[in-house]
Amino acid sequence: MNSHAKPEKLIKGATGDFEVVIGLEVHAQVTSRAKLFSGAATEFGSEPNANVSLVDAAMPGMLPVINEECVAQAIRTGLGLNAKINLRSVFDRKNYFYPDLPQGYQISQYKSPIVGEGVVTVDVSPTEQIEVGIERLHLEQDAGKSLHDQSPTESFVDLNRSGVALMEIVSKPDMRSADEARAYVTKLRTILRYLGTCDGNMEQGSLRADVNVSVRRPGEPFGTRCEIKNVNSIRFIGQAIEVEARRQIGILEDGGKIDQETRLFDPVRGETRSMRSKEEAHDYRYFPDPDLLPLEFDQAYVDALAGYLPELPDAKKARFMKDYGLPAYDAGVLVADKETADYFEAAVKHGSKPRDPKLVANWVTGDVAAYANSLGLPVAQTHIAPAQIAGLVDLISDGTISGKIAKDVLAIVIGEDKDGDPRAIVEARGMRQVTDTGAIAAAVDAIISANPDKVAQAKAKPTMLGWFVGQVMKQTGGKANPQAVNELLKEKLGI
Amino acid sequence: MTELTDLTLADARDALARKKFSAVELTEAHIRAIEQAKVLNAFILETPEKARAMAAQSDERIARGAARPLDGIPLGIKDLYCTEGVATTAASRILEGFVPPYESTVTANLWRDGAVMLGKLNLDEFAMGSSNETSFYGPVISPWRRAGAETPLVPGGSSGGSAAAVAAGLCFGATATDTGGSIRQPAAFTGTVGIKPTYGRCSRWGIVAFASSLDQAGPIARNVRDAAILLRSMAGHDPKDTTSVDAPVPDYEASVGRSIKGLRIGIPKEYRIDGMPAEIEALWQQGIEWMKAAGATIAEISLPHTRYALPAYYIVAPAEASSNLARYDGVRYGLRVPGKDMVELYENTRAAGFGKEVRRRILIGTYVLSAGYYDAYYVRAQKIRTLIKRDFETAFADGVDAILTPATPSAAFGLGEKGSADPVEMYLNDIFTVTVNMAGLPGIAVPAGTSAEGLPLGLQLIGRAFDEETLFAVAHVIEQSAPKVALPPRWWV
Repeated sequence: MNSHAKPEKLIKGATGDFEVVIGLEVHAQVTSRAKLFSGAATEFGSEPNANVSLVDAAMPGMLPVINEECVAQAIRTGLGLNAKINLRSVFDRKNYFYPDLPQGYQISQYKSPIVGEGVVTVDVSPTEQIEVGIERLHLEQDAGKSLHDQSPTESFVDLNRSGVALMEIVSKPDMRSADEARAYVTKLRTILRYLGTCDGNMEQGSLRADVNVSVRRPGEPFGTRCEIKNVNSIRFIGQAIEVEARRQIGILEDGGKIDQETRLFDPVRGETRSMRSKEEAHDYRYFPDPDLLPLEFDQAYVDALAGYLPELPDAKKARFMKDYGLPAYDAGVLVADKETADYFEAAVKHGSKPRDPKLVANWVTGDVAAYANSLGLPVAQTHIAPAQIAGLVDLISDGTISGKIAKDVLAIVIGEDKDGDPRAIVEARGMRQVTDTGAIAAAVDAIISANPDKVAQAKAKPTMLGWFVGQVMKQTGGKANPQAVNELLKEKLGI
Repeated sequence: MTELTDLTLADARDALARKKFSAVELTEAHIRAIEQAKVLNAFILETPEKARAMAAQSDERIARGAARPLDGIPLGIKDLYCTEGVATTAASRILEGFVPPYESTVTANLWRDGAVMLGKLNLDEFAMGSSNETSFYGPVISPWRRAGAETPLVPGGSSGGSAAAVAAGLCFGATATDTGGSIRQPAAFTGTVGIKPTYGRCSRWGIVAFASSLDQAGPIARNVRDAAILLRSMAGHDPKDTTSVDAPVPDYEASVGRSIKGLRIGIPKEYRIDGMPAEIEALWQQGIEWMKAAGATIAEISLPHTRYALPAYYIVAPAEASSNLARYDGVRYGLRVPGKDMVELYENTRAAGFGKEVRRRILIGTYVLSAGYYDAYYVRAQKIRTLIKRDFETAFADGVDAILTPATPSAAFGLGEKGSADPVEMYLNDIFTVTVNMAGLPGIAVPAGTSAEGLPLGLQLIGRAFDEETLFAVAHVIEQSAPKVALPPRWWV
């Protein structure tokens, strides 16, 4: 796929264009109450070593027992990625020494992962969609955490994360720009959140990515890749790709060659640094974990899980476009966050009265989203209820208030009357739009007679109409129906 | 009168029930015997106070008619089983100071049934050895001596402390573990009965792991009936060990004494190895005659991949061990020898904490799993394992009910006699036993006679998966047919 380089994606070097090739290994913490192979809790933010079982601490004679909920979550995720579910998979030991790895090996899946190939459709921009292939998804244990800042002479180990279930989701090298990589991770996170299989909180480390970057001249075979380890925000993923691609292009243009190695991204300095070369790479001595039988389940089990899968973003977007007549862009923005999409639907469906979904979408993705952003909250977590947005839209649609007044009503809902019913607010505060043409005509007449010079100008230059509209609205306290004002002015000014 | 410690487990159990003596009296007799037998070095840790307390509880239950199957029976526990609040060493310096806050499932099952713990028994370090000479706590001396000689002999290994303690009358039975023959070889060397049940029959939870796909718990006892009684209590499904099997545990004792008339006993021709001592060959032939006499039919069978079993075993077992022993790093428990950085701490701790044989096997295991060698060694060994399994399946599918072989290629040898120059010399001890672990089948060693020098010799029976009952029935026939092997004279008292 993507065998022909897209010119707009290319990076200009001093000696010509380069194409960047990106593949991602995303580590997503499985949402589950207990760890992958022990009954210890997975709660974030506990006291160090509060959530550690005998198995997690690798006490002598302890044995892992698979947590079925983690298996179900991996299957759900595989289904959400349109991927092949392997009815038989095998856990392997990945052996290496590290103080925060109590067993001296990580239980992972090497040759036989639980999920095989799949595909994710990614919106790079309102007009550009790409497909990113999924190579595999496997289950593995997280390691603990070494704390080096507690004492000048000693390091401490916190095993709370030790044994927590991770899904490693490996993409194919299908991305060709930092934007595509960012959009892919964003989409992946959306899917995981819809499924409820990973909370996607990158700040808490629930989602991290190893980024594989290589560059090549358009049309050439893949270049040598470097792996940037453990990048923990979508913004940093983009930055890391950009600086790493530049670094590699620089080396190639100077006649050098890229060494396959593992690198770290330093967001403060905006550079990647070598962590270890291919020669220094660990020999993990993978072999099947003899403490665990192969993981086997039947198709009926997979089908049962598939039957309870929630509607996923792509399906929801398609439905919003079809059922509500929303443009692709609006639908895309709404479904990017499941709660926002639900919020929108609740507002559209509130009560028995039909209302314009596009108008609702405008408010949700416009003023409400802006307010939510100012608080750093998702739309659904603000105090503004979908019913209030429904009420507001109804008031506009039946001509009770103008769009401008509606903004004032929303400001009141945000501020002094948080639970207020928009219609009650409008009534109580006399914000009703004046549609009485008599009253509007009186105001129009007054303005015309007070400004004969402007009237003359307007006859020559019809865009002056806006000035008159403004004056009338001012005089009526903004409550005049703008449409009626426009019509009357045009008539009386003869334009 | 006979000493209390000379009774069989079954007799002691019945006498306790009839209140001929108390559990406390029985335990005191064993504590005294252990005191007198320190020279054997069978125990790493004695727990007399715990034993007295447990015995008192047994007496209390017996008194009110609530006796459990093993109430008041004093046992020794191989120090590979984690015991709550009681130091557990695996006979390794690296576990110095380690006191488990948990009890292994198998020992918990024994205590549930009323058994009394006398202490922790010596073994080869991490169960790696066939003579009990690799223990950090020193070798175990066999209670057996060659006729007219005082040369100290090995009790076999790795469950050398278990076998020696049972043979010397220090306990009625002992837990043991068997990865390549560690129950059956020491049982054969000491004239005791040892059964390695089917893989998955007993839980491995709480037993320090050597090679997870081969390790299995089992008892060593003074006769077949006692072994059957102990296995019934030890066995059972454990949700904490996913390789343990959820199948009901039969009343094994009921199969002791069952007729073997009409059973087909397989004799594998590949077990007739070069250089096998004539007395072993004769013992095997004698066993065949006993089988015939009891109404069984004899079938010559072929297990063609037998000769690859030992080399394949010495790839698979060290590979798993190298990974299982990675957790002993000086970070969380046991020995820590500091260093200037983390790597040095690992190196110092593991160099000081592991003995030579353990280090050798970790190195072998690390090597065979390394990139570039994995396919040549580990993968091929696993293929051989599959073929060995298939050999047995074919034999059993052809109607064989049990397979009779020698248990060991020789009688017990002297301390320091074997393996010091060439470890393979020691590894060859397992030649008849490893195939059983590789195939996951049950195997029992039962005393069948004595060598020219008066040392015990054993035969091995191999059964179908989860058919330990047939093994007990056939082993009992051998026990009944063979000349009585008395307990060794107490030269240490």
